Amino acid sequence: MKQKILQSNMLLTLISIVIGFIFGAILLLCIRINPGVAYAKLFTGVFSQFKYILYSAVYASPLIFTGLSVAFSFKTGVFNIGAEGQFVVGSLAACLIGIFVDVPAILHVPLCLLAAMAAGVLWSAVVGYLKVARGINEVLSYIMFNWIAFYLSNYVVNIPAVHKEGGGEATKDILASAKMTAPSFITQICSYANWGFLLAIACAFLVWFTIEKTTLGFQLRAVGHSRTAAEYAGISSNRIFLTSMSISGALAGLGGAVQILGMSGRLSQFAGQEGYGFQGITVALIASSNPVGCIFSGLFYGAMKYGGSKLSIVGVPNEVVNIIMGTIIFFIAISQVFRLLLNRKKKGGVA
Amino acid sequence: MSPVTILGLLINAVLVSTPPLLLAALGSCFSERSGVVNIGIEGMMTIGAFIGAMTAHYTGNGWVGFFAGGLAGMVFGILHALACITFNADQTIAGTAINFVGPGLAVFMSKALFNSSDSPSLTPAQKLPKMFSGTFAPGSFFYNVVETYPAAYLSIALVALIWFVFFRTRFGMRLRACGEHPRACETLGVNVRLVRYICVILSGFLAGLGGAFVTLSTVSQFRPSVIVGQGFIAIAAVIFGKFNPQGALIGCLIFGFCNGIKPLVGSSNVISPNLVSMIPYIVTLLALIFFVGNSRVPAASGKPFVKSD
Repeated sequence: MKQKILQSNMLLTLISIVIGFIFGAILLLCIRINPGVAYAKLFTGVFSQFKYILYSAVYASPLIFTGLSVAFSFKTGVFNIGAEGQFVVGSLAACLIGIFVDVPAILHVPLCLLAAMAAGVLWSAVVGYLKVARGINEVLSYIMFNWIAFYLSNYVVNIPAVHKEGGGEATKDILASAKMTAPSFITQICSYANWGFLLAIACAFLVWFTIEKTTLGFQLRAVGHSRTAAEYAGISSNRIFLTSMSISGALAGLGGAVQILGMSGRLSQFAGQEGYGFQGITVALIASSNPVGCIFSGLFYGAMKYGGSKLSIVGVPNEVVNIIMGTIIFFIAISQVFRLLLNRKKKGGVA
Repeated sequence: MSPVTILGLLINAVLVSTPPLLLAALGSCFSERSGVVNIGIEGMMTIGAFIGAMTAHYTGNGWVGFFAGGLAGMVFGILHALACITFNADQTIAGTAINFVGPGLAVFMSKALFNSSDSPSLTPAQKLPKMFSGTFAPGSFFYNVVETYPAAYLSIALVALIWFVFFRTRFGMRLRACGEHPRACETLGVNVRLVRYICVILSGFLAGLGGAFVTLSTVSQFRPSVIVGQGFIAIAAVIFGKFNPQGALIGCLIFGFCNGIKPLVGSSNVISPNLVSMIPYIVTLLALIFFVGNSRVPAASGKPFVKSD
């Protein structure tokens, strides 16, 4: 039975993805661009060389983390729209430790990751505390914390001690010992390749295990299904909210660290919100909040982002990627209707 | 500068930076109060900002652009209503989708029409007009306070109108009831879905107007970063204001004020502009913690209403 539901969910997601691409094609036709050309570029941009596939995985890594973060909080019924801010403070913490703490690589990377997790936990747990102790709507405080993180990061980037002189609007580079760069035989193919992707996969399985196989996971799901029923069973929903929001924050913070330690090597001043957190919402939704599914939906989004960045070569506005992704989520949102229609048809067939 | 002049400049800054938030926030009030979460306000504002600028560019009339921006937001409002009310979609997910499609479509169209993600700069004649232009000496108090966009004053007047609709009309009572107890509403013969449709479509229209105000007043053209975040701040202002139009006004004024003083403080070079930018968010949080207390979401908010047979 459970298998059946899973499969039908996947089917609905696939239908939504197809509709998303069809809608994108219609839009491209409207502005007299051959969608075949655009989609071919998107496809070859990701699959034509092994290198490109590696790049897509690099693009996917932070998205898998924010996706996991959002998916994890969904289990308790919390909508972590603050993954964006937690991602930012995570990258900020990792970057600062990466620049200023000089320890051997074997300690440095874990230290950066821990700092990023701690920052993410802090950013999310305060929101959790405000929700639990003061009854303040978490969506509101998450939005506030996103912007505080945004300006905090821009502020820190511009502190003279942190700022790279003559290096544009960015921090100094992190020390070599803090980098998560992959072994040289891989970086020869893709210079940005890093351990982040493997870490993301490990985290996805860890999250899956926590949710499905541990007491904590059971309690999380219980609170997510019905807070009152869980309370009645002796589960403190307040404690569960705090725990799940903290873990969710840690995951988003890790995503930020992976982006810095693995790819960029420094933190740049933001012009606008980078959107990793919001894209994480999409990743979680496409995966129906399944942690292992987040790996695949993260890869899908990463590939779309990487392939999409090449669309301008053939004169296609790369915004079409966002439109396609948005359309996919829209149809996933209304997919219950498809299910009803399908069921009705089946019933009709039997009768 | 005399204190009066500074006060005038401040009021001017607030009058320009508040209306986009306020219009969007009022839209959010309608939607939330009727029981539909609309997190897509951000996307609706962005599409409104682009369509507003584009229409003003082609027609040369700011008011036409303003209205067109509202209509563009309304189209997305209809989509959101369709998803949430007819198809019982998860409202947060549908709203997230709109936040991807709206800004994406805006920049996509801008590139298709203007070969650039920015729209062409609008001349003052193509933007929203100002009132009483040339009546007061430039720089004087009244020049700053009165000689500004009538649309700004209209948006503030709208607060009173919407307050009246919410709390003094039969429709307002019904829409609030739909957000609290739709089942009871239905029993009394209210068409819950219709009421929610009207509210969500209105929220799209108002958010679109808010977006269009940005491109047709302070900013000279549409840019992809023109709205970034304002829709979310409008939602925050509504939660802050306990889902009442008058409360949302206070929330928007806090943000508008802080946004307004940013350039004034920033130019002094004493405090980092990034720290100044943080103030409204911190103030909102502190106000919530110490003064406002619980902001109770309408009971049926976020829950699809399935009609009983």
